[in-house]
Amino acid sequence: MRVADKGLIDRSRPVRFLFDGTAYDGFAGDTLASALLANDVRLVGRSFKYHRPRGILTAGSEEPNALVTVGRGAGAEPNVRATVQEIHAGLEARSQNRWPNLSLDVMAINDLAAPFLGAGFYYKTFMWPSQFWEKLYEPVIRRAAGLGALSGRNNPDKYERAYAFCDLLVIGAGPAGLMAALLAARAGADVILADEDSRMGGRLLAETDEIDGKPGAAWVDAVLAELGALDNVRLMSRTTVTGAYDSGTFGALERVGHHVAARPATLPLETFWRIVAKRSILASGALERPVAFRNNDRPGIMTAGAVRAYLNRWGVAPGQKVTVFGNTDDIHRTAHDLLAAGVHVAGVIDSRHDAPDSSDFRVFKGAMVSNSSGRRGLDSITIRSVAGEDRLATDCLAMSGGWNPTVHLSCHMNGRPVWREDILAFVPAADTVPGTAVAGACNGAFSTAACLREGAQAATAALQALDRAVPDVPLPHSEDAPYRIAPLWAVPGRGRAWLDFQNDVCVKDVKQAAQENFRSVEHMKRYTTQGMATDQGKNSNVAALAILADATGRSIPGTGTTTFRPPFSPVSIAAMGAEAQGKGFAPERFTTSHAASVERNAPMIEAGLWYRPSYFPAPGETTWRQSCDREVGMVRNSVGICDVSTLGKIDIQGPDAAALLDFVYANTFSTLKVGRTRYGLMLREDGHVMDDGTTARLGEHHFLMTTTTAAAGQVMRHLDFAHQGLRPDLDVAMTSVTEQWAQFAITGPKSRELLNGLLDAELTDADWPFMACGAVSVAGVDGRLFRISFSGEHAYELAVPSRYGDSLFRTLVARAETMGGGAYGMEALNVLRIEKGFITHAEIHGRTTAFDIGMERMVASGKDCIGKTMSRREGLSGAQREQLVGLKPVGAVRQLSAGAYLFQADDDPVRVNEQGYVTSVAYSPTLGQMLALAFLKDGRARHGQKIRMVDHLRELDALCEVVDPVFFDPDGGRARG
Amino acid sequence: MVELIARTPCQALLPLEIGGVVVREEDVGRLTSIMPYRGQHAAVSATLKAAHGIELPAPGRMYEAQCAQAIWFGRGQTMLIGPAPDAALSRDAALTDQSDAWAVVRLHGDSAEDVLARLVPVDLRAASFSCGHTARTRLMHLAASITRLDDRTFRIMVFRSMAMTLVHDLKTAMEGVAARR
Repeated sequence: MRVADKGLIDRSRPVRFLFDGTAYDGFAGDTLASALLANDVRLVGRSFKYHRPRGILTAGSEEPNALVTVGRGAGAEPNVRATVQEIHAGLEARSQNRWPNLSLDVMAINDLAAPFLGAGFYYKTFMWPSQFWEKLYEPVIRRAAGLGALSGRNNPDKYERAYAFCDLLVIGAGPAGLMAALLAARAGADVILADEDSRMGGRLLAETDEIDGKPGAAWVDAVLAELGALDNVRLMSRTTVTGAYDSGTFGALERVGHHVAARPATLPLETFWRIVAKRSILASGALERPVAFRNNDRPGIMTAGAVRAYLNRWGVAPGQKVTVFGNTDDIHRTAHDLLAAGVHVAGVIDSRHDAPDSSDFRVFKGAMVSNSSGRRGLDSITIRSVAGEDRLATDCLAMSGGWNPTVHLSCHMNGRPVWREDILAFVPAADTVPGTAVAGACNGAFSTAACLREGAQAATAALQALDRAVPDVPLPHSEDAPYRIAPLWAVPGRGRAWLDFQNDVCVKDVKQAAQENFRSVEHMKRYTTQGMATDQGKNSNVAALAILADATGRSIPGTGTTTFRPPFSPVSIAAMGAEAQGKGFAPERFTTSHAASVERNAPMIEAGLWYRPSYFPAPGETTWRQSCDREVGMVRNSVGICDVSTLGKIDIQGPDAAALLDFVYANTFSTLKVGRTRYGLMLREDGHVMDDGTTARLGEHHFLMTTTTAAAGQVMRHLDFAHQGLRPDLDVAMTSVTEQWAQFAITGPKSRELLNGLLDAELTDADWPFMACGAVSVAGVDGRLFRISFSGEHAYELAVPSRYGDSLFRTLVARAETMGGGAYGMEALNVLRIEKGFITHAEIHGRTTAFDIGMERMVASGKDCIGKTMSRREGLSGAQREQLVGLKPVGAVRQLSAGAYLFQADDDPVRVNEQGYVTSVAYSPTLGQMLALAFLKDGRARHGQKIRMVDHLRELDALCEVVDPVFFDPDGGRARG
Repeated sequence: MVELIARTPCQALLPLEIGGVVVREEDVGRLTSIMPYRGQHAAVSATLKAAHGIELPAPGRMYEAQCAQAIWFGRGQTMLIGPAPDAALSRDAALTDQSDAWAVVRLHGDSAEDVLARLVPVDLRAASFSCGHTARTRLMHLAASITRLDDRTFRIMVFRSMAMTLVHDLKTAMEGVAARR
């Protein structure tokens, strides 16, 4: 019910929204919770396990009950706290965990089964038979228990990540945080003030306290106006600081779009910030504790501070006949505020015998609320005192068991809070997060005056640490009432008294855990699931461990707390991974020939981050094999063009360049002549093959190394490490030139003919033998030419600065086409190299040695290199090793497949009989059959033998002949010719 | 007679303007990586000063002369921007032409800092990253060189092959910043 003339809502701006399909009206400034209460909606959800009717318990992000699903379709968001969600035009919220609807929920049958669903229920009940767990128990439990569900579809909403830096981060904009920020701002420090509420001010917005004789909210407005006008201050409302990490780093979640009607697609829903602060002040306030008594989860029962917040901030009376129950002087403010607003107060039940008197309302001293009743909401409570039990009609009970400082962030780096007996609460220990001070209610200072004072003190200390002058800012005058509290955790008696509303954990569950010897607080938590729901036990942790302490005969500090971990409140995975979906998942690298390849309808495939053409379909070709076979034939018979720019290229210069190459390559490069290229094999430190490629000697002290596409980054890093860490004595400089050069393979018997029509000077066999390299001029552009071959054909690779790549590729392809050739893609490239037995990372996959691939003689004996010693370990060479061989089908089945396993023809094809495996296969149009490269035990000694290839997944079983891996042109005459 | 036609890395991708922030491709002339050999830092710096009017920059800095800029480009590496390098430099340093290896763009506007705050994990506030400061860092997933040219302008360099991703990432961030206004 709305109260006239109260609250900070904007009554000139009405807002209509939907809850469970019904339209309601609220005002700008309302949360979903305040607007529902204003419309007398008390039943908002069903509980997790027992499907009990639930209402609104709190007025903040700690809300355990009022969780709703917001929105429709793929982007519908579950478990949104109604106390956090602001209403806006078009807002559509639905209740959760109920069927068929909220007021009639058939799963409420669970409530009757409560005696069986207590602590340890799952562990005791579902122990056996074990296969029933996955198939039966878990699905049933998951359907019956739970909160909201995601749509299961791709989230269409935009999320964002961002970084911020400041001198001082102030966490929480209540009186302590505002005072601290004001002081630091006036000192000229770069300040970020973050607060999770949509409106800054903290409890000053929820209470009637005055500051300097004015309403608290007016002081807040004045401070915010001053801060907002300063360039050195960033005000971040709707921003929850969720975690404290090393070196002054904090995670923070900003709600950017949740409250915006008709949100544009480009506006993020949330931004996940990483804030790095030189100093920080934790002024996160305190959370009120509910009291555990029988049926204390009924809609209409809420925390006393929430009742004051709804009344004072949102102008809503959560009931017409309100009762108040608690153990502090604080609760009496609730009654006074309600009376002042014209709301009837049926009584104040204070558990303390020395409770203050009142002439305005009835005070039950030394009394407790022991039960509640009402069908879907509260209609009466039972009051127990020395005189016995009495029922009192009421539709709203405001309860308080005292306040817990919000210590969470102070514990994120392994700090443990310390118990203060005077306030019966844990407060942060000193210096648990380096550079962070604690101020205000978070530090156990509960009066407004104390909050302002501590805020100023913390800011002063931070400014001194930052070497800044501290400005003289007088402390405003405000209330400084002492906080008087007596212990009140749970009201004794039978029945279920809720501790953890969100996970349906009651006092008896905690006691049972203790009884069954789960006495450690961490064990109790897991046995009962207390504190394991989305609110992470904000409302229940301290009370639960107080009850555990009592049940085990220990003190509360002796019992200790569970571990506080980030995030402080739920953070959607979408926000943490923001922008890393779709095109943002990984960078895309495009070659200079990309556009021309796409124009030729080449399907582009990913090779690492690169995109490369798979094949170039010619008119009339309907399958990739047709294109691939044609392209292979083109290369073997005339000339083909292929973009090889994606291979890593590393420029290596310096007096010791050759020495470094000798060190990182297994074979020798110091003997390579200028103007020549050599194939090199690189080992890892552990003796296995890391990568291969060719390296050209461009000058006496100048080499150009190429790597495979996949290992380009790894090899660059490896070289840097080898130089900086292992051989800093070598005077050498290295840098990647992969991006500088567009490089194309011109492959086939007519390659020289093609180039001779293009290069400014003619190539001759004498000047350009196999493996020659050097500078050339192409249409006046300085390029580099390498006579190397990955196909076994007479071939060249021509490199020009990348700006000319597109133009050169088009020119080369056009010329090749006039000669009966053309562009070829990755499929043909792969077939060509398999025909020649050339390896790729399919073969050097990290578990093979130089011996395995038949290159152990390349590990030069006259020098040392990385991996040499380790490659000689026992077991890395010899007959038991699986060695590279070629396979040809000789049986009825002609199909071969990569990934298949090899067996003796007569053996059962099972794991223990495995003889090797196939790494690469291709149909060779040149040889008219399928070919495979494989690793086979003692393979080099088994050429000519038969072996059985079995692919269990594709159900292939083919008899093969073991052959030399070089299927085509074994003496290499074609490449040299 | 064949003619090879040059294309720039961001051709057809830029310019882009969203919310008062503009990204343009920048033609900076030659890019030459200079890596002094061991013990030759001072000598190379002197040669560079004599030939191009600037010394080798300190880490995290860009030095500027009339027609040349030198950007610190990582450990032991400087990128000379603008002129063809004087031949004398190659005596004591490895010179590598990188003119075609980098996409070079300028991000300009009142919210340029806010745009980069969504992509770059380092502190780019003017107080700590002022005109002439440079960083090798990452931009979203891309390895980048970022230099502040004035209070509202940054130069961003990424690998040429990733130009399209750079523009995609900048566009996403620019839209997010613009949508908040």
